[in-house]
Amino acid sequence: MTQISDFLLLAIVLVNFALLGATRLSTMIRAVAVQGGLLGLLPLVLHGGPSLHAVGLAVGTVAIKGVILPRFLTWAIREAALRREVEPRIGFVGSLLLGVVAMAVAFAVAARLPLPPELARPLLVPVALATVMVGFLILTTRAKAVTQVVGYLALENGIYLFGLTLTEQVPFLVEIGVLLDVFVGVFIMGIVVFHINRAFDSLDAEQLAQLKD
Amino acid sequence: MSSALASLAVVLLVAPVLPGLIARTKAILTGRRGQPVLQLYSDLGRLLRKGAVYGTATTWMFALAPVVVLATVLCAALLLPLDGRAALIRFSGDAVAFAYVLALGRMALVLGAMDTGSSFEAMGASREATVASFAEPALFLALVVLAVLTQSLSLSGMLGSRLVPGVEGFRMAAAAPFALVAVTLFIVLLAETARVPVDDPATHLELTMIHEVMILDHSGPDLAFLLYAGAVKLALFGSILVGVVVPRASLAPWLALGLLVGGLVVVAVLIGVIESVTARLRLTRVPQLLVAAATLAALGVILVLR
Repeated sequence: MTQISDFLLLAIVLVNFALLGATRLSTMIRAVAVQGGLLGLLPLVLHGGPSLHAVGLAVGTVAIKGVILPRFLTWAIREAALRREVEPRIGFVGSLLLGVVAMAVAFAVAARLPLPPELARPLLVPVALATVMVGFLILTTRAKAVTQVVGYLALENGIYLFGLTLTEQVPFLVEIGVLLDVFVGVFIMGIVVFHINRAFDSLDAEQLAQLKD
Repeated sequence: MSSALASLAVVLLVAPVLPGLIARTKAILTGRRGQPVLQLYSDLGRLLRKGAVYGTATTWMFALAPVVVLATVLCAALLLPLDGRAALIRFSGDAVAFAYVLALGRMALVLGAMDTGSSFEAMGASREATVASFAEPALFLALVVLAVLTQSLSLSGMLGSRLVPGVEGFRMAAAAPFALVAVTLFIVLLAETARVPVDDPATHLELTMIHEVMILDHSGPDLAFLLYAGAVKLALFGSILVGVVVPRASLAPWLALGLLVGGLVVVAVLIGVIESVTARLRLTRVPQLLVAAATLAALGVILVLR
């Protein structure tokens, strides 16, 4: 079981790099959908075999992160008639190299974290940290609103991974994490409703108060 | 020793089949009949019987380039453990020697191309140097992974090792880095041997060529040397890949040799399939592909150093 979960985690890392190297919006969305699906399979193989709770979590995660949100994003692109290219502030090569640095930092930090013994899985914590950092990287270096949503999704996938280490102890924590996806949904709706074509006009958080129905 | 010698002889003998296999795979997949698989042998024979023509603008460098290219590729072949056990020449750090002996050949080729004074050839030379400088870190990061896993700085130790998964059971700790290294090495192979998606050997326009444009002015035996060196280089990188994927250290010599030849055929067919289903990358995206390959190897390094 550990072997399967390790391969899933490695696949998640590879998807991180695919996200950083993608030049088209559709590729990014497909990558983040694959990452969501992989995340959904993880509870089944972690903590020694599938339980009812784990199966429920897996089905919910695959449905929301792997199918619904990516479809929603694709629909938003069509609806808002967005341009299909990713517009990075840092070039693709630079992003990939930063991704490697983030990866190395994540592994170095995870080895030094004073974790409780049940968290001492070899790959889970570093991969979670790396995914969070890659999410931040996409969030900050990709200019478009849609790509920022994708970055936020990756960031949130990392948080979800971190929560997975605790599923047995604190089952609620992960399920509350799924609620963060609702925020992503609101985000996408905002893009569609206001036809945010390229980027948010302003980073002024006050303007979020105008998001009324 | 005798098995290493026999493997070297076989690889040098069958190397010209590989480009033929690639061409035949492409032909079948695109619905054509294609050239005979053994075409390169007749080409080499024809070219060797002809005389070489040298342009009036060229100097000794132009004539020297093909000889250096062939010599360096043959030297590099001596450093590789082609039988899956040990190379004919091995010492600690011969992996670095392997990379830079091949780089020496590339330098000679680039200088020879610039010696012609043709702007197209100089452009191909500059592109070749660019691609090589991006392929090098990827190759070295992959070699670092192998060196850490096998605790050896010699190619004979890295590729002739029994540590590879499959021999001592399927070891997860080594399987993932090995898989990453295999993918990286395959992309490096495509770049080093000038195949799609880095370079298109079938292109007809000097403007889009990388490797082909540099050998345009060579003729007769010089061209034969370059073509043969290219085929051997393909076989060498292919056998590194086979060495990483299929451990042969504990097999009988004839079986190890058979697996090597079979593996090379698989690599050639794989290249042919890739050339049929993908287009050449835009030139500005080639470094991106190679950096991605280096990224995979870097991930492997992080995993093995963890």
